[in-house]
Amino acid sequence: MLGRSIITILAVALNALMMLQLHAERIGQSVDIHPLDQLRRFVALEDPALRFALAGGLILGLLCGLMGSFLVVRKLSLVGDTISHAVLPGVAAGFLWNMEKDPVAILIGATTAGLLGMVLVTQLTRRTRLKEDTAMGMVLAGFFGIGICMMGMIQRLPTGSKSGIDKFLFGQAASLGWGDIQLMSVVGLLVLILILTFYKELLTTSFDPQFSGSIQIPVHTIEHGFMLLLAFAIVISLEAVGVVLVSAMLIIPAATAYLLCDRMHWMLFWACLIGMIAGAGGAFFSFLGQKLPTGPFMVLSASGLFALALAFAPRQGLVSRWWARHARSSRIRRENALKSIFHVLEKEHFAREGVTLIDLAHSRSQTLHETEKTCRELTRAGLASIAHEEKAVYLTPEGMRRAQTIVRNHRLWERYLTDAANYRPDHVHDDAEEIEHVLGEATVRMLERQLNFVDRDPHGKPIPSIQDISGQPKNRNPDGMTGYHTPS
Amino acid sequence: MMNLILPWDWQRVVIEPWTSGAEIYGWILLMGFLISATCGLIGNYLILRRMALIGDAISHSVLPGMAVAFLVSSGWKSAGDQLGATANLQEGLLHGWPILLGAILAGMVTSLLIELIHHRSRIKQDAAIGITFSTLFALGVVLISLFADKVDLDADCILHGEIAFIPLEPFLSVGGRALAPLPVIQMLGVASLTVLGIGLFYKELLISSFDPGLAKATGIRVRWIHYGLMVWLSIVVVSAFESVGAILVIAMLILPGATASLLSQSLRTMLGISVVHALLSSLGGLHLAIWLDTSIAGSMVVAGSGLFMIAWFLSPTQGLLKQCGKAGARG
Repeated sequence: MLGRSIITILAVALNALMMLQLHAERIGQSVDIHPLDQLRRFVALEDPALRFALAGGLILGLLCGLMGSFLVVRKLSLVGDTISHAVLPGVAAGFLWNMEKDPVAILIGATTAGLLGMVLVTQLTRRTRLKEDTAMGMVLAGFFGIGICMMGMIQRLPTGSKSGIDKFLFGQAASLGWGDIQLMSVVGLLVLILILTFYKELLTTSFDPQFSGSIQIPVHTIEHGFMLLLAFAIVISLEAVGVVLVSAMLIIPAATAYLLCDRMHWMLFWACLIGMIAGAGGAFFSFLGQKLPTGPFMVLSASGLFALALAFAPRQGLVSRWWARHARSSRIRRENALKSIFHVLEKEHFAREGVTLIDLAHSRSQTLHETEKTCRELTRAGLASIAHEEKAVYLTPEGMRRAQTIVRNHRLWERYLTDAANYRPDHVHDDAEEIEHVLGEATVRMLERQLNFVDRDPHGKPIPSIQDISGQPKNRNPDGMTGYHTPS
Repeated sequence: MMNLILPWDWQRVVIEPWTSGAEIYGWILLMGFLISATCGLIGNYLILRRMALIGDAISHSVLPGMAVAFLVSSGWKSAGDQLGATANLQEGLLHGWPILLGAILAGMVTSLLIELIHHRSRIKQDAAIGITFSTLFALGVVLISLFADKVDLDADCILHGEIAFIPLEPFLSVGGRALAPLPVIQMLGVASLTVLGIGLFYKELLISSFDPGLAKATGIRVRWIHYGLMVWLSIVVVSAFESVGAILVIAMLILPGATASLLSQSLRTMLGISVVHALLSSLGGLHLAIWLDTSIAGSMVVAGSGLFMIAWFLSPTQGLLKQCGKAGARG
């Protein structure tokens, strides 16, 4: 049974590949000769319809990225979803206005319906026991149901079946006309100017409404204005991306940007950029096929970028974070090994240059095999070299320097805990063991200065000084001794 | 405008569905009622657990699961599909199980992805929900438009379902007698299992919804209840999917429970009210759809929303009427 299932799955996958091939051929025959030619046509923007589709995708991406960033940081992501579904009856009503696809009528109808839905959500949460998620889900689906009924009625009309109103559900960028683009640009420009003008107010109310209230920012007006702009952004994106997936274009580029940076203005920049890439990508992919809807392809382009950011964003990415963790733990492992070598050397008062593996293993309470493995790791990092015939390990100058730095960090911190924080000397080792790997140069020097350049740790062992590490001869001048000038 | 809203014709709208059209409309009404009632029962728990939008997410993201299941099972289907007008139980199950399986998998993938994005990055839960379900939904739509001839779903079906085609589905026959359309039988099974499940686990569901801490302390596996509810939600959604589509099913999930929670405080009464709401909304929706000659599933949602508005107006504790009265008395 299992075998049969696997074979079937393979067969279907193969079939799917073949289908793609066939599909591509069919498009090639009907439009042009070769997929590459199609690509060239796309880049050269020969088709006016394509030019409109691309322009639409770009404007849409820009606006959705802009508004979506505020939505995501305000934790209102699903409000976009609610509004975008709730506009459907408004689209239908706008169409009924004069029985044709008039962009302005649809804009007015859809914006009204979206805002009405939002008001209903607010009223439901305020006046009943229903929670916000229930209210949003209900408004979303209830309005959508009304919209579906109205669309069913419109499509029954003689003019309705070729109205193109069904394009509003999944989006068809290719059906955008010059009028649509004009409207999109005007509304888009309006939204952009308003956002830039009130950027400071929007930023403050998004992050700290109480504070904004206290410095005389009209929080409620800003919020209502924001909802209006949001409704505008959703409505002008409708025809290109479709009612069902507008919310994705609001959330996904903004969430991707949220992973990439920490400052709001950079987030806006990245969200707009990613939105525009996704918009153009969606227009491109849907151009490759005959009747492919644009919206899903835009969303999938955006999701692809999101997945990349989720994995590889410099600081937030899963893979980047895993790699950083891995690098940190192996650095700590190396530093601990260097420290053990230093301790063995120190015990013999630096009489010998190298340390035998047996001694090292003994000092680290490890097996010989484990010790050898660690030393090989040090060798690869250029910090030590292994002499195989005498079974000993020698530190390179760099290795010695690093070992001294770690020991110095450790002992200074112990000293600091006993002197400045009144720890007992037998309680300080474990803490120092943790912190020695993360103390930076500047902190260590500050500690040293605060401890008056002590040269012994609480257990009486010498603390390596900066001269020991840099290999300079000792200087009587105390400034030279610590390697920096004390402020006079 | 006259063409848009058809004149009210008593004979056509009210009498005919129960006389000459009973054969067709009876099945549609039954299916509508079964779907709304099952969804409503589960929806009560979703609302209590503040998971209404997880319902939204699952209802969207079962789509790619179904599409893949259709692709996989089309191998079997094309071999022995000539089911004709009747099918026996075995064939019905053979046709149904990959899709159920696909939907369950998709539901689980959705839950896991939401948790992955939410817990492993700084993205908040609402954004994680939005990203996950819209991506999966887009994937489903793309699969369906690429393999339109292999996948027995289309855009209309995704959005508002095709409950009107229920009577045209192959009938299940037992002993040579045609009994009922297959989807109705399937939905009936899901509905009875839902009722059975709620009956069996009533206490566990109740406690874990209201007080997860107490539930854990009394030894109830709260996580298992959560995942069980998710899986069952996927099954319910996918059984309803072909009839009412991805988005209207959200209304079916939330509206009965929301109406009930306006009218009552006790969970038992709420469950009862949501079944009554399901019955009234499917009945009202059917007649509304016949009157206006439009989508039946959409009309059922409109009727359900209407019932909700009435409940909101008249609710004894939180109704608008009551609040107006209070304001009046105070002023």
